[in-house]
Amino acid sequence: MAELTSVAALWWAVIISGFYHGINPGMGWPLAVSAALMERKHTAMPKALAMLALGHFVAMIAILLPFTVMIALVTWEVEIRVGAGLLVIAMGVYLLINRRHPRFLARVHPARLALWSFLAAMAHGAGLMLVPIFLGICAIGAEETGHLAAQALMGNNIMTAFGVAAVHTFAMTAAGGVIAVIIYFWLGLKFLSRTWFNLDIVWALSLVLVGCFGIYSALYGH
Amino acid sequence: MNLRPDPTFHASPKLAMQAPVENFAFTVMLSPDGSQSDGIAVVDLRHGSDTYGQIVHQVIVPNKGDEFHHFGWNACSSSLSPLTGHAFLERRYLIVPGIRSSRIYVIDVKDPLKAHIHKTIEPEELFEKTGYSRPHTIHCGPEGIYVSTLGGGGPDGTDGPPGIFIMDCETFDIIGRYEMDRGKQDKHYDFWWNLPQDYMVSSEWGLPPQFENGIVAEDLLSNKYGHSIHFWDLRARKNIQTMDLGENHQMALEIRPAHDPTKSYGFCGVVVDTTNLQGAIFTWWRDDDGVWQSKKTITIDPVPADPDDLPDLLKGFGAVPPLVTDIDLSLDDKYLYVACWGLGEMHQYDVSDPMNPVLAGKVELGGIVADHKHANGKDFAFGPQMVEVSRDGKRVYWTNSLYSTWDDQFYPNDEGGQMVMANVGEDGSFTLDKDFYIDFPKGLRAHQIRLEGGDCSTDSFCYPSV
Repeated sequence: MAELTSVAALWWAVIISGFYHGINPGMGWPLAVSAALMERKHTAMPKALAMLALGHFVAMIAILLPFTVMIALVTWEVEIRVGAGLLVIAMGVYLLINRRHPRFLARVHPARLALWSFLAAMAHGAGLMLVPIFLGICAIGAEETGHLAAQALMGNNIMTAFGVAAVHTFAMTAAGGVIAVIIYFWLGLKFLSRTWFNLDIVWALSLVLVGCFGIYSALYGH
Repeated sequence: MNLRPDPTFHASPKLAMQAPVENFAFTVMLSPDGSQSDGIAVVDLRHGSDTYGQIVHQVIVPNKGDEFHHFGWNACSSSLSPLTGHAFLERRYLIVPGIRSSRIYVIDVKDPLKAHIHKTIEPEELFEKTGYSRPHTIHCGPEGIYVSTLGGGGPDGTDGPPGIFIMDCETFDIIGRYEMDRGKQDKHYDFWWNLPQDYMVSSEWGLPPQFENGIVAEDLLSNKYGHSIHFWDLRARKNIQTMDLGENHQMALEIRPAHDPTKSYGFCGVVVDTTNLQGAIFTWWRDDDGVWQSKKTITIDPVPADPDDLPDLLKGFGAVPPLVTDIDLSLDDKYLYVACWGLGEMHQYDVSDPMNPVLAGKVELGGIVADHKHANGKDFAFGPQMVEVSRDGKRVYWTNSLYSTWDDQFYPNDEGGQMVMANVGEDGSFTLDKDFYIDFPKGLRAHQIRLEGGDCSTDSFCYPSV
């Protein structure tokens, strides 16, 4: 029973991190508002959100997949999870020290939303934030299914990676979409700048926190 | 870095118009002969203030001979771009280049009454990092602060073409050249853009030998000043189309795109048509095939004059050319203000239909021959020149100097720096304000004006007015 709640808790973490990414303007909801306004039609908004979601999803997969391969080396599981945690902490610390915005994002054409979303997620370490949670889910999964052959285990983990990325992206798109819709239809552009908070430090600290959680759960949890 | 976007950043032009009005103006003060240091005058515009309409503070730089001209903000509403997310910058610093010295000052105006120099970039750094000289127009945009230059390398600025360079918007370090493919562009003046549509437009004045020691009449009469505008893929940094307005249209200067980013048109002012001395405004737009087009939509005729009343430069023509030297478009894209520096007139055109502008109002002040007095009875040296419109469109400010050596050629017997204001009524009525008249300190002339919190030639908007 305790393990079930643990898996449930981790999946909730996937969803909540999705909401968190979604409300961060840096992950693109203002682009959905501007797309609808620029094209002067409502349908441009879901299209823009879908493009942003696609880019984000690919960025999650690009980060998670290499870990599915690594974690299949079951004997090194703890080391890999600790290493992943350290990597996530390092990204957080880097973002804390380097407070400059990635200038290359400014060179993406405004119409290439999926590419922009992918690069923004990569630059902010959005995928890394999921890694410790994902590895936690994989570890519990491996215990439950017993010692499967490495290949089968990896297959399971790949399925999990896609599941985690999909659920997370869905939650992100829902959260960002709700804000975009409320601003577009009801509140108006004035609230665009009012709802835009500087999440830079909070974001970097979140990475550090998630990294610490990853190390802790690798050593003392699952 | 703020935790919230700067309150002077506005998503759309409409929101900027509704925002609180300007409390201060910053105006360039320049010493025409380099005998004094240049500076920035801080003008009190707070209604009800005892010092309203007066210079209440001056930032005087330590060097001489910089020749201030144009300047701009470190950050504007373009920071709310959903793509770049620089929303937490502060609109706090004025980037003030010297077009004669190539030195750049960064002035901190967080507290306008205590404005001071924050950083100085020496000319050598600019030359070394960009190969450009004589920095001019400033715009804040996606990759930082963009600065156009009037000269290339070498002592006279003709070693290589001039262009645009980029500065870091936080450290003010010069990053390097903007252009990756400049195409036919070999002269430079102004530039502006439409950020969501990702295009930039740039214009041409002339090379440094053609302006630094005064206008070169032979070059003008043989149509050697700039007469093309260039359209760029902004993010690809590539010139996609060069449009020749016709070689008789000498000096295509100010570029004023419509502020609403859903619109794909704008205006460009031409100083003089050498076939008939007219001043002109071209409307440029992108057609359905994505090709840029332009059409001359405003012409302003010269006024015949007795050669005895004219400076040497104009005696042979027997007429005063209008000399369209600056234009500015209100944030609602409704009124275009056109400075006719030679005639001594500020025109107001209704450009609601950009292809068919209608002259809606006019203020007469100064002028080579007319020499209209101000409504308060005082003299106005030279003619109406750099014009700036308040965000709400209700106040139009202007100064009188064009460029040190050119002032002396067109107005050999005039001297002085003045800044005045006209009011625009709800019905569009355009009248000079009798009580607003600033005489600049002796020996200093006045050029570009920037308004606290942004104005009509600063902010680029990333969302349409709805």
